[in-house]
Amino acid sequence: MTITREAPILPVPSGPLQRIGQRTIACIAETGRAATICFASVAAMRHAFAPRARAEIVRQLYVCAVKSVPVVSVVAFFIGMILALQIGIELRVYNQEGLTGSAVMASMLREMGPFMSGLVLAASVGAAMAAQIGTMTVNEEIAALEIMDIDPVRFLVMPRMAAMAIAVPMMSFYTCVLGVLGGALVSHTQLAVPWETYFRNAMDFASVKALWVGLFKAFLFGFIIVTVSCYEGFRTTHGAVGVGRATRRSVVSNFLMILVVGYFVTRLFY
Amino acid sequence: MSMIRFEHVTKEFAGGKRVLDDVSYEIDKGEIFTIVGPSGTGKSVSLKHMIRLLTPTSGRVWIGDDCVSEASGRDLSRIRSRFGYLFQSAALLAWMNVEDNVALPLREKTNLTEREIAEKVAAALEAVGLSGEGAAYPADLSGGMQKRAGLARAIVTQPEIVLYDEPTSGLDPVTSRRIDALIADLSARLGITSVVVTHDLQGALAISSRIALLSRGRVLCIEPPDSFSRSTIPEARAFLDAQGIRPSGA
Ligand SMILES: Nc1ncnc2c1ncn2[C@@H]1O[C@H](COP(=O)(O)OP(=O)(O)OP(=O)(O)O)[C@@H](O)[C@H]1O
Ligand SMILES: [Mg+2]
Repeated sequence: MTITREAPILPVPSGPLQRIGQRTIACIAETGRAATICFASVAAMRHAFAPRARAEIVRQLYVCAVKSVPVVSVVAFFIGMILALQIGIELRVYNQEGLTGSAVMASMLREMGPFMSGLVLAASVGAAMAAQIGTMTVNEEIAALEIMDIDPVRFLVMPRMAAMAIAVPMMSFYTCVLGVLGGALVSHTQLAVPWETYFRNAMDFASVKALWVGLFKAFLFGFIIVTVSCYEGFRTTHGAVGVGRATRRSVVSNFLMILVVGYFVTRLFY
Repeated sequence: MSMIRFEHVTKEFAGGKRVLDDVSYEIDKGEIFTIVGPSGTGKSVSLKHMIRLLTPTSGRVWIGDDCVSEASGRDLSRIRSRFGYLFQSAALLAWMNVEDNVALPLREKTNLTEREIAEKVAAALEAVGLSGEGAAYPADLSGGMQKRAGLARAIVTQPEIVLYDEPTSGLDPVTSRRIDALIADLSARLGITSVVVTHDLQGALAISSRIALLSRGRVLCIEPPDSFSRSTIPEARAFLDAQGIRPSGA
């Protein structure tokens, strides 16, 4: 698809009504454009197995997944610890702190795993992506690709999307594992729950469905992060200031989308 | 036969800023057509119309028999594949080294083997005086070197038409003459049609077949070098005088 484009010249609105109308139409058009980028990128996946594309996907995978391991680890471990502490304190009132493991496991698998890994990757990888693509746009590199007849969606978006569609579920699973371990540590040290009790309860509540729903969510988050970040990058104008703006907008939109889509996916399956 | 034809092209940007105002001219096949003019008068904008990075507000741009300003999809790809374009900003991909940048159009658009590509890339880098810098990344190069790498990328596919946006800006005089010679050589040897935007009149007078003076969105004159250097149009005179070029025959 064509990425470089000129802003349409609109007539100066004659009143508030026309202004609202213009904004609404622009908003719908922009949403459609983001969706088109997403679909075009999915369609471009048929080129994903060409040697150079494969190499690029692996490179992106390294950037998205491997490089994010440290921050994801810390976040995951602490989320598990916080969950265990919060839930454990409440459960102790009813002398049920032994069930902490079940609660931590259930919420990690279904919600917190994909949610936290999605947010962390959106804030780190997604922001970097928007900034990089934005810089390329203001630097005319995207235009250069297009006049060489190299489709920016296939060349830039598709490898990132393929990488993130793998990386986010992977990181999500990893977050769940580390979160449950973090919860175990807190349960043992703060709530005096024996290791064995914690893990037995946790495994009893680890449903396959929750795992799949969580991974599916994470998979969707991967698509969302790449679509939003690249879309914002591509529409960058006005030099360095514009790149900053694109980065900020991409993080905000990603957070909102992850929240909303996460909620609706849970609704859909439960 | 004209290769590039502007037909009453007017370009307005948002806010009603008129950058090109009813511009018409033709560029012949094999010509070295130079566009000069003060900064901000629409020289880059003119080049961008030729490959449809910009679309005229009214009027048409023709490339051979194709109306590029109305083409889309496959047609546009086909027309664009006839061009090489040197961006004013060089527009190299930052995460690839110079060699890979120059090889990019060959790798993506041809079925050449890696060996053939390496040969062509080496030749192109040699032509712009960058052999030995192939492994460097754009960020580690000076502005002039980036420009030359961009030039190598524009010509490596041996396109029919090459658009040069200030090929010699930021270069020392010796390298500038070398780039001028390269442009002249490409068009003489391969019959490439060249459109050069430049502020460097010395070079323009030496290699151009015709020079167009653009000022405030209008073409003031289109003349061969010798009559251009004798021009009496005030804007042209100011340009010539500022670069110390005296009317030779007058
Ligand atoms: N995409 C755009 N949107 C709005 N205005 C633009 C755009 N591109 C160029 N312009 C305006 O058009 C005018 C001409 O720009 P152009 O880049 O063609 O100048 P130029 O003749 O190449 O100058 P220079 O010699 O400095 O490169 C400038 O006033 C610029 O602000
Ligand atoms: Mg310019």
